[in-house]
Amino acid sequence: MRNVAIITKRELRGYFATPLALVFIVIFLALTSAFAFYVGGFFQRGQANLSVFFAFHPWLYLLLIPAIAMRLWAEERKTGTIELLMTLPVSTAEAVGGKFLAAWLFTGVALAFTFPMWITVNVLGEPDNGVILASYVGSFLMAGAFMAIGSCISALTKNQVIAFIVGATVCFLFTMSGLDLVLDFFRAWAPDVLVETIASMSFLTHFQSVTKGVIDLRDVVFFVSLMAFWLFANVIVVEIKKTS
Amino acid sequence: MAEMIVLKGLIKRFGDLLAVDDISLDVKRGEVLGFLGPNGAGKSTTMKMIAGFLTPTAGTATVCGHEVTEQPVEVKKRIGYLPEGAPTYGDMTPATFLDFIAEIRGFTGTERTKRVDAVVETVDIKEVLCQRIETLSKGFKRRVGLAQSMLHDPEVLILDEPTDGLDPNQKHHVRNLIRDMAANKAIIISTHILEEVEAVCSRAVVIGHGRLLADGTAEDLMARLPYHNAVAVRVTQDNLSIVQEGLSALGPVEAVAEAGGLTRLRVAADDGKARLADVAGLIQDKGLAVREVFVERGRMDDAFRDITKGETMESLHQGDGNA
Repeated sequence: MRNVAIITKRELRGYFATPLALVFIVIFLALTSAFAFYVGGFFQRGQANLSVFFAFHPWLYLLLIPAIAMRLWAEERKTGTIELLMTLPVSTAEAVGGKFLAAWLFTGVALAFTFPMWITVNVLGEPDNGVILASYVGSFLMAGAFMAIGSCISALTKNQVIAFIVGATVCFLFTMSGLDLVLDFFRAWAPDVLVETIASMSFLTHFQSVTKGVIDLRDVVFFVSLMAFWLFANVIVVEIKKTS
Repeated sequence: MAEMIVLKGLIKRFGDLLAVDDISLDVKRGEVLGFLGPNGAGKSTTMKMIAGFLTPTAGTATVCGHEVTEQPVEVKKRIGYLPEGAPTYGDMTPATFLDFIAEIRGFTGTERTKRVDAVVETVDIKEVLCQRIETLSKGFKRRVGLAQSMLHDPEVLILDEPTDGLDPNQKHHVRNLIRDMAANKAIIISTHILEEVEAVCSRAVVIGHGRLLADGTAEDLMARLPYHNAVAVRVTQDNLSIVQEGLSALGPVEAVAEAGGLTRLRVAADDGKARLADVAGLIQDKGLAVREVFVERGRMDDAFRDITKGETMESLHQGDGNA
């Protein structure tokens, strides 16, 4: 655990040493607010809640998380620092964990900076703060799942652009898998069990159930196990890629 | 334990490419082993396997008694490794980078500061300590990489082209550094600068096409050269025939034309010994007009070319018991 913390610290330092952190946070805040106010009609709805604000999170993450994740391993491989990192006395799992954790915490920081939204609804009315808190937790968990997918895919290539496009596509499929767009494709031929399994993989479905204000254990387990799965795959990919 | 690094039948295959083909050797404490060979010979791949970055296709690499695929972390703790090109995190400063390395190597508190300070002193990077690494010159980057590998005072050092990109002064400095550390460590360096082998290595192996082609001291390798210990005499064109004739009393004389109208005449060594006294005596007796007289050491470049071209490979192989 100590090594994970050291790597996380180094990575986080890296984010803030370059304009990356600033650019990401500013864009994230600008987009979340813009979507909530203009597309979601935050004021027009006349309701003191943040549901329109959170509704756009999956779509923003779709764009922004793969952008953070793409560099995690691809850059490390491109610059050769992976050789340095993997010959330090740390295990592959510790390195994967540390890098992932830093990226996830970083999105957490960006998410935390949206706190003026929370203050705003509290000034304007009397929102259910429990629902808002649950939504924040859900959003953070979803960000982690997106990040784990992106991290694993980043380890597959040296090329950050490829890492971004493939990462975003896989994230897109996971987001949309509950919608007819994806399901209709399977309904035509696949057994119902498979269709339901695919539907149950949907980030959107799980996230929406959390934003209703109930942190259902099943939703938490879904996101956490998804992260565990993709990070496990990430460790294997790093090991395999290193050897070839 | 005298043998700090033991390689047994190390093989690495990348798809169809056999990068390292059955390399076995050992390095004792106090030895500085030079890996010589052209680019793509398998030097770096071998080093990567010892350092635990690549997994061997077959064979074992043991460092301080720990097998690298079985106890990778134990091995990595004991090794200082400078990868090819000395990669470092460009967005960090040498200060934060070395602090990170010290921390992950398990040093805390004042010990950590002390370690970083000491190694900064050793590789002389104090003046750039707070600049981003990506803005540093190649020489400084290399020294930051070196600092990283030496910070924990490891028992085993694996340095892949440690002096590449350094100016002559820095090269000299790094070589002294390696020599100073050599006594209680086992060190492997790879290089294609041959004088480096002569300057720092107590032993050298030549690797070509993934195979071990020769193993011995720099002196051993050179002793097998055609012109090792030949006495060379440099003469002007006017005196060439007289001197050549005079020297032929000692045996066959070989003439090589040089720049500036001079010719080099070579008297081969007698059973490995230079016949300097004979030649000098002859010159004096006959009053031959020569520009200079010197003993040729044989050139490492030639040895290198010969061995890796595979032409004299067999003879070198046979002449060496432990190759």
